[in-house]
Amino acid sequence: MEFFRIRRDIPFMRHALVLNMISLLTFLAAVAFLATRGLHWSIEFTGGTVLEIAFPQTADIERVRTTVAALGYDDPQVQNFGTSRDVMIRLPVQAGVSSSAQSQKVFEAIKADATTPGADQAQLRRVEFVGPQIGEELATDGALALLFVVIGIVIYLAIRFEWKFAIAAIIANLHDVIIILGFFAAFGWEFSLTVLAAVLAVLGYSVNESVVIFDRIRETFRRKRGLSTREVIDHAITSTISRTIITHGCTEMMVLSMLIFGGPTLFHFALALTIGILFGIYSSVFVAAAVAMWLGVKREDLIKPVKKREDGQPELP
Amino acid sequence: MNRFPLWKNLLVVLALLAGALYTAPNFFGEAPAVQISAIAATARVDTVLAGRVERALSEANISHDGLLVDGNSIKVRLRDTDTQLKAKDVIAQALTPTGQEPSFVVALNLLARTPAWLTSMRALPMYLGLDLRGGVHFLLQVDTRAAVLKRIEASAAEIRSSLRERGIRHAGILRAGETIELRFRADGSDNANAEVIRTTAKNRIAEDFPGFNVTPAEAEAGSKDLRLLVTLKPETRVQVLDNALKQNIVTLNKRVNELGTSEPVIQQQGADRVVVQLPGVQDTARAKDILGRTATLEARLVDVSTQAQAALTGAGPVPFGSELFTVGRGAPVVLKKQSIFTGEQLTGAQATFDQNQRPAVAIDLEAAAGRTLREVSRENIRKPMAVVLFERGRGEVLTVATIQDELGARFQITGMPSPQASTDLALLLRAGALAAPMEIVEERTIGPSLGVENITKGFHSTLYGFAAIAAFMVAYYALFGVFSTLALAANLLLLIALLSLLQATLTLPGIAAIALTLGMAIDANVLINERIREELRNGASPQIAIVTGYERAWATILDSNVTTLIAGLALLVFGSGPVRGFAVVHCLGILTSIFSAVIVSRGIVNLWYGRQRKTSGLSIGQIWKANA
Repeated sequence: MEFFRIRRDIPFMRHALVLNMISLLTFLAAVAFLATRGLHWSIEFTGGTVLEIAFPQTADIERVRTTVAALGYDDPQVQNFGTSRDVMIRLPVQAGVSSSAQSQKVFEAIKADATTPGADQAQLRRVEFVGPQIGEELATDGALALLFVVIGIVIYLAIRFEWKFAIAAIIANLHDVIIILGFFAAFGWEFSLTVLAAVLAVLGYSVNESVVIFDRIRETFRRKRGLSTREVIDHAITSTISRTIITHGCTEMMVLSMLIFGGPTLFHFALALTIGILFGIYSSVFVAAAVAMWLGVKREDLIKPVKKREDGQPELP
Repeated sequence: MNRFPLWKNLLVVLALLAGALYTAPNFFGEAPAVQISAIAATARVDTVLAGRVERALSEANISHDGLLVDGNSIKVRLRDTDTQLKAKDVIAQALTPTGQEPSFVVALNLLARTPAWLTSMRALPMYLGLDLRGGVHFLLQVDTRAAVLKRIEASAAEIRSSLRERGIRHAGILRAGETIELRFRADGSDNANAEVIRTTAKNRIAEDFPGFNVTPAEAEAGSKDLRLLVTLKPETRVQVLDNALKQNIVTLNKRVNELGTSEPVIQQQGADRVVVQLPGVQDTARAKDILGRTATLEARLVDVSTQAQAALTGAGPVPFGSELFTVGRGAPVVLKKQSIFTGEQLTGAQATFDQNQRPAVAIDLEAAAGRTLREVSRENIRKPMAVVLFERGRGEVLTVATIQDELGARFQITGMPSPQASTDLALLLRAGALAAPMEIVEERTIGPSLGVENITKGFHSTLYGFAAIAAFMVAYYALFGVFSTLALAANLLLLIALLSLLQATLTLPGIAAIALTLGMAIDANVLINERIREELRNGASPQIAIVTGYERAWATILDSNVTTLIAGLALLVFGSGPVRGFAVVHCLGILTSIFSAVIVSRGIVNLWYGRQRKTSGLSIGQIWKANA
């Protein structure tokens, strides 16, 4: 079985401008969504209380909302979570009231509600409370983590290849991250710490693609003389396209399994991963290589002619 | 060519064996158990107690699967949950005869069924996080300002008695913010004298209270009184906070013991926070209740002056030096501001009956507090004294009792409305009041059913994903696909073994990280297989193709795993809670991926193809040639 029956190097770089225009447009669209709608932050970042309640039968969301609103919250967020029997209630931070008291009061009010059938058998499955200060700290930590990853990757790639490649890779992959955030802003999906973890994992994974291509570029520079940079890049992308698509396909199969079977808690996490994996192919392959080309990479960047020994690869164990 | 030296083969075999060994404990399941721990200071957990427990069980005809004395608790393993509940009741009754205060706590628990020979090698099942086990997680923050103010109030009182003992007269001590201000009367004629008094006071205080800075200050506008300002030194402040935090941790420990949970986690986090985690707690509401009483306790005299009486009915203002409180259902009472003793000076509290067989609470105080109480009670016989619980700045009077006699370090609070009330008060006093008020800044409560559900979901998604990848790999890469799948399985085995060995916390994102690791790890094998295909396509002989394929792919595998590792490390350093669980698994997964993709898979390939003298072709799927 061979899916990739390619006879000749596909001239990707000829279309570099078009491909990058498309990615620039999607990038701008994502930024627009982020600016206008903003992200739907989870309580881990904003502070607040989340209650997850399971009813013995289909829950009446409206009744629950009325009950909670009657306790003095002006716009409680009440929605289904997973199955139609599970309800998630999100309450903002209330000054002066401890979270335990808050959640207990709300739960008891719901249980006591005589008009909702089965309310007295409602089960409190999960409570999560984050004070505003902790929320701020988690947000800062998240931002710092992102910064750390970006800097780390740039430094590593600059050492392993060359600074032009490092810049190209980071531009391409940050573009990925913004697109994921854009999707979350556009559809109003909840952005939690777990989703941030997914985004960072995608960043690390996405850079892999660029690394594979850069590696091939370096090898092609070494083995095939007389090819222009553009042709070298075309050759590198063409030879690795099979691997890129198969790997992404396999990873996506695993993520799809999580999306379907993982339950509501892992849903947004898997969603972020899926978007990252799909757009990752595009950005890492086309954008990274094209940007590197425009930054003017040449043979000498990767292969230092002064060294007697070739820029060798580490020993195979 | 394509042969591993013996030591490499052995290395792989050993690694896989160790992996299997340390993964095994995860499959033994858990047994319901009963855990007995001591809560009274005098109670002892030892073989004598174990004997009592065993006798009680045999008398009730309950057979158990094992009893072990583990540190300061006894754990008894039982067959099923019904037996577990019966055993709990039987043991509780046997250890605590009715009417007496319980000295032991008997709680339900789940114990891993790992056989002893595995546990002796430190092979334990993975440590499940709260979102997989169910339980309660609190992050408590000390109110640093309140803690410091408390200390300063106490010091102000001490300074007052110290000056009185030495006969140094002053015109008043008051607290303004975090400064204690002393005034010395100077009314023109007596200036020099006031100076002398002030200097004497300054020296005395500096000597007796080394943790403070004592500075003279000029008189305020509109008054001629000389002033002395006493403030905490910065290092003393730090020490006060540190002590308060440590004291609070001790108190929380006591409270958690009352709940009888297994493996509670109470740790200091940072300079002013405490993490409390109670895994596997089934009655989460009660846990929150007991831990949530982040209150401080004080005993104060009731102000019986006529002004105070007027204030009670609302006819007049609350007199200076006193405060208004409510008892029970709102009956007001005016108490003096100065506290006689505080909760941390209690050494014991028991519900008991006084000489008239009425419910009472017997209290033991520390020696110093006992002396203070003796003095105060001597001067205030037949006057009422109240015990107040302060929570979030508001005080709730627990009880008002009349001082019948000169009290000492041991005394009784009588006139409790019921035995239940005296048990509750004793519990509250005994569980300890906190040295500094704390506030819950983060809370996570997960019901046990959700925990089990999370595990099942995580497990299924990993399983199905693995099956899908395996199916594809075998279909696309034939025999090499089988090798890659075996390597992936080895990866999973080693990862779980590593997590079990390190007892790293596994959370739901952690399970997601396992799935993601497997999904990403297949990349290495795809790289290798594609390379080998390419070499074969270019006309290399099979054995050479294998060598070149692995060689060329190695650098790329290394690079791509390092970048993923950078992301994992960032999350490890900056993450917290479940996200940290994700990061730990992610990082460990990268390490096992590199090992299994390169060494294990090469080992298998070498075993299969290495020994063949003439290899006609590799079973790696279709090698499509452009001009074929």
